[in-house]
Amino acid sequence: MPRLSADRRHRVRFTLNGRAVEADAEPRMLLTDFLRHELGQTGTHVGCEHGVCGACTIEIDGMPARACLTLAVQADGATIRTVEGLAPRPGRLSVLQEAFRRHHALQCGFCTAGILMSLDTYLRSHAAPSETDLREFLGGHLCRCTGYTPILAAALDAAKLLREAPVHA
Amino acid sequence: MKPSRFDYQRAETLADVHAALAENGNDARVIAGGQTLLPMLSMRLARPKLLVDIMHLPELRKIDAGRNAIRIGAGVRQAELLAWPELARHQPLLAAALPWVGHAQTRSRGTICGSVAHADPSAEIPLVMLALGGTIELSSRRKRRSVPAAEFFTGMMSTARAPDEMIEAVSVPVARANTGTAFQEFGRRHGDFAIVACAASVSRDSISIAVGGVADRPERRDFPVLDGGALDDALDAFAWQLDAREDLHATAPYRRELVRRMGRAAIEEARRCLA
Repeated sequence: MPRLSADRRHRVRFTLNGRAVEADAEPRMLLTDFLRHELGQTGTHVGCEHGVCGACTIEIDGMPARACLTLAVQADGATIRTVEGLAPRPGRLSVLQEAFRRHHALQCGFCTAGILMSLDTYLRSHAAPSETDLREFLGGHLCRCTGYTPILAAALDAAKLLREAPVHA
Repeated sequence: MKPSRFDYQRAETLADVHAALAENGNDARVIAGGQTLLPMLSMRLARPKLLVDIMHLPELRKIDAGRNAIRIGAGVRQAELLAWPELARHQPLLAAALPWVGHAQTRSRGTICGSVAHADPSAEIPLVMLALGGTIELSSRRKRRSVPAAEFFTGMMSTARAPDEMIEAVSVPVARANTGTAFQEFGRRHGDFAIVACAASVSRDSISIAVGGVADRPERRDFPVLDGGALDDALDAFAWQLDAREDLHATAPYRRELVRRMGRAAIEEARRCLA
């Protein structure tokens, strides 16, 4: 890739929720802004913009990652999933999303997209997490409404349901 | 909070990186995982004119386990090293410290060498590099050189790296038999930078303690085998010798007291591993 100049916009292409997408970005554009402003995918939320709060967490190449700590140009060629990709079809929630609803694991919902993306990735590689594992893992997210207890309950419930009937998280 | 403007270049060869650094000096920054660089860019604490992305160089993405040392390339992410099945056997201190680095959601992108390059005085990886007597491999158009960790960290976020040099890899010795190690950290929340972190290493004839978060860089002291009050006295002397920082998280006396208590606890834990 040649040197991309600071004051021009450059084509960035990646796979988003199974679909090839492309749009233009200046080198300094954060992936959060690229997703929201250039691609119109506003499910990914922007909180602290320096990697602390976890609201913008998405999945990049199979791993949970902060979209605000990634440049759009770094993501060129990557495979990305966001909260828009969780529901199996319109009008139906994923097992994890459904568990969040049942357990009232969200109130204002600002942190929820990031937490869902983290847990979705985690539960695929950790089928039977303990509450301690989940607390440790969710340490990377801030929620100011729920006190975390219903989030843990939802995650444990979703893990159990996925063990019993292993469909996609 | 948006970064100021910079050019971006995805390096295709090591020569690309060396050329970019040689031609742009301090105006260029290497970006690997970006987990510490991006916040600095967004807060405009760093305003480079050029970012050189090194994550597409396969030669930097390798963990090489030799008989005496583990060499970790500049493209190896923290999560990749943590997931390496040989890590706990080859270097248990590194395996114990890595879960304290940021969060799972930042370890997935952040690299080992990036943390070393950034040299935050509270960061775990520079502390472990010093505790283990690791080396940092630097390369540039001019030359290649290896710098011991004890000489690499020169102060608050400053290192012995010249502006035209990149960190190509770091190496840590493979754990020796008859050595026990332990890592302990105190912070307000898990995932925060440490207020104080301690790495202890104990053998039959020596004790080594390294602390992070206290002074402007990680610091290490080696003692002969001591016990009881003599060990407390040695740790007390070490704590007083540290130029402890004071900030809104903790006072300098508080940090020194943590060195005394946690230093002792880490040494005892390392001893139990040895037994």
